[in-house]
Amino acid sequence: MQPTSHAFKENVARAFNDANLQQALKKVPTGFVEKRALARERLPEFDALRDEGIAIKRHTLTNLDLYLEAYERKVQESGGHVHWAPTAADARQIIVDICKRRGARLVTKGKSMVSEEIGLNAALEAEGIRPVETDLGEYLIQLRGETPSHIIAPAIHLTKQQVEADFRRVHTELPPERVISEPPELVAEARAMLRQKYLDADIGITGANFLIAETGSSVIVTNEGNGDLTQSLPKVHIVITSIEKVVPTLEDVSTILRVLARSATGQEFSSYTTFSTGPRRPEDPDGPEEYHVVLLDNGRSAMLGTNFEDMLRCIRCGACLNHCPVYQAVGGHAYGWVYSGPMGAVLTPSLVGIDEAAPLPNASTFCGRCEEVCPMRIPLPKMMRHWREREFERHLTPSTVRQGLSLWAWLAARPGLYRKVTGLAARSLRLLAGRKRRLRHLPLASGWTRYRDFPAPEGKTFHELWKERRHG
Amino acid sequence: MAAAPHHVGLFVTCLVDFFRPSVGFAAVKLLEEAGCTVEVPETQTCCGQPAFNSGDRGDTVAIARQVIEAFRGFDYVVAPSGSCAGMIRKHYPSLFEPGSADRAAAEELASRTYELVSFLTRICGRTAVEASVSARVTYHDSCSGLRELGIKEEPRQLLASVDGLTVVEMRDAETCCGFGGTFCVKYPDISNDMVDKKAANIEATRADMLLAGDLGCLMNMAGKLQRRGSAIEVRHVAEVLAGDLSSPAIGAAAKPSKSSNG
Repeated sequence: MQPTSHAFKENVARAFNDANLQQALKKVPTGFVEKRALARERLPEFDALRDEGIAIKRHTLTNLDLYLEAYERKVQESGGHVHWAPTAADARQIIVDICKRRGARLVTKGKSMVSEEIGLNAALEAEGIRPVETDLGEYLIQLRGETPSHIIAPAIHLTKQQVEADFRRVHTELPPERVISEPPELVAEARAMLRQKYLDADIGITGANFLIAETGSSVIVTNEGNGDLTQSLPKVHIVITSIEKVVPTLEDVSTILRVLARSATGQEFSSYTTFSTGPRRPEDPDGPEEYHVVLLDNGRSAMLGTNFEDMLRCIRCGACLNHCPVYQAVGGHAYGWVYSGPMGAVLTPSLVGIDEAAPLPNASTFCGRCEEVCPMRIPLPKMMRHWREREFERHLTPSTVRQGLSLWAWLAARPGLYRKVTGLAARSLRLLAGRKRRLRHLPLASGWTRYRDFPAPEGKTFHELWKERRHG
Repeated sequence: MAAAPHHVGLFVTCLVDFFRPSVGFAAVKLLEEAGCTVEVPETQTCCGQPAFNSGDRGDTVAIARQVIEAFRGFDYVVAPSGSCAGMIRKHYPSLFEPGSADRAAAEELASRTYELVSFLTRICGRTAVEASVSARVTYHDSCSGLRELGIKEEPRQLLASVDGLTVVEMRDAETCCGFGGTFCVKYPDISNDMVDKKAANIEATRADMLLAGDLGCLMNMAGKLQRRGSAIEVRHVAEVLAGDLSSPAIGAAAKPSKSSNG
């Protein structure tokens, strides 16, 4: 997927002009934020579980090579195959090759952000293989030719009216007089349309929320059950995921699962939590003949041992997006790539480069709510600041900002001169504002005065008055 | 009571110095009422956050060194801002190499630096103030004070002791107002969306006064409320706790009925 993160400002302007998006974004505070708060309240050991989960992830990342190799051995023992993909292109090629070898024409897919990251659908289509997304949100954005706007709710930017219009446009074989104005009707229609696809598919592709080194299993959590049908009905199951998803044991997964759904949707557990281990064994009633795991690196191993290693703890719950006032204002597409919100502002520069993603780490007030709700307590604001430091070092920061900063810093280091300049400026602004004591327009501060009045200084500075009052 | 009064260095903050000295004097009054002796070191300017949050590490370090020097020798450093106190407490040490003399000095300063209201309650043991303000107020929790310093109950506890005052909670009091330092001019549309939602929540309380502990947030919210045509007064919490409303509210014209030396 081609990033447009560099065009963040333009993307933001488009987001504010999109009435449907603004309507759809209203679901975020009620749909996610309140539910997470309630879920947390109901589980007294929630914070203790977070700390346990963090310890598990830290330990795994410190020994990532060992656990990945152990995982690979277990997958092989169970009859599956592990493919190492250093880059997105490698991952695409591996999957396309498997599909071609099997003569696949139709592929069903569960939701996978890694699949979006590597642009898998376009690569399959280029080979004449038809990918069909089976997660409702992914199905919707595939119909529309869009990218996900949220890592767990890819179509959260759409209103139900838009979905109805899309279904009427695409599902032309259905009677036009049918009623599909409410979500249950829309879900039922999507399910009916997808049912035969599951049976016809040659290959099923899913992502993975976790990989378990102890057992060689991959784990998906879903609410629709589409992942189960995707991975168990076709003859081949391909898991496309990334290297940091591995944890040592089943017990570890159980611990982290207890905070995942609560953080994500406020559920105690997702409706489906599915473990897959290898292909169908002779005694199994069903399952795929072939089981492949494609492990993507794509820049992740380069984050180990750096200021950004903590980001690899992320379990993709989406809580930081849901609680971010910037995300709530503009939605996920503004971020210009697969990952949005605070986790995207940190991860995207790591994966596509800071030159492309330069605006993202700057689009934060550092309010700290993301870190507060992150089940893995990832210090997202601190890491955004690290990116800003890289940008400053590499002169990616706009020159006007740099010049303004250095002038201000030069002055701040000279308290005597600073007092004279600020004293003069305060009095000038006070005079300019007159009796109203605020300004509706202020040159060089139009970003402020376009939307707010500018309160004028009281007149003299504190330091001037302090001298007068305390020392005569 | 401690044997000797706390010797406090007031970190005025650049915004209070420039825009609203009355907050600084309210802070001095509150500290003196709590039995502290207060000095204002002349060599202070700013805590360095604009540079720090812009990725300009070099200038941040230079300013931090200046602040460390300016506040040597005080028992405590107190700022009428959770944001600036948070900068010194939580971020100054990270600017220097572990084990260095600078790091030790930064950690030492951090350990005796406090935000004003939490200093009054936690260090001075204040549970009430001697003030009388007849108003229905709502309180916005500024992000740094709330999340970096854990300040939540302290202002509410002291406000509850103000004679004639009622506190009404707004919806989403803990949600950022959209100020964010340079963020508000770098991303004006997003900032506006945030402060507009905040202003609507403030207005919905039917309070006649909005309070908070950080002047940046207050100016942002005051400017938005005024642009929306709201008559809600906006003040720093220290002004109310000190019982001194002699200055007109932030961005408000002097009231003709009251005498003012403004």
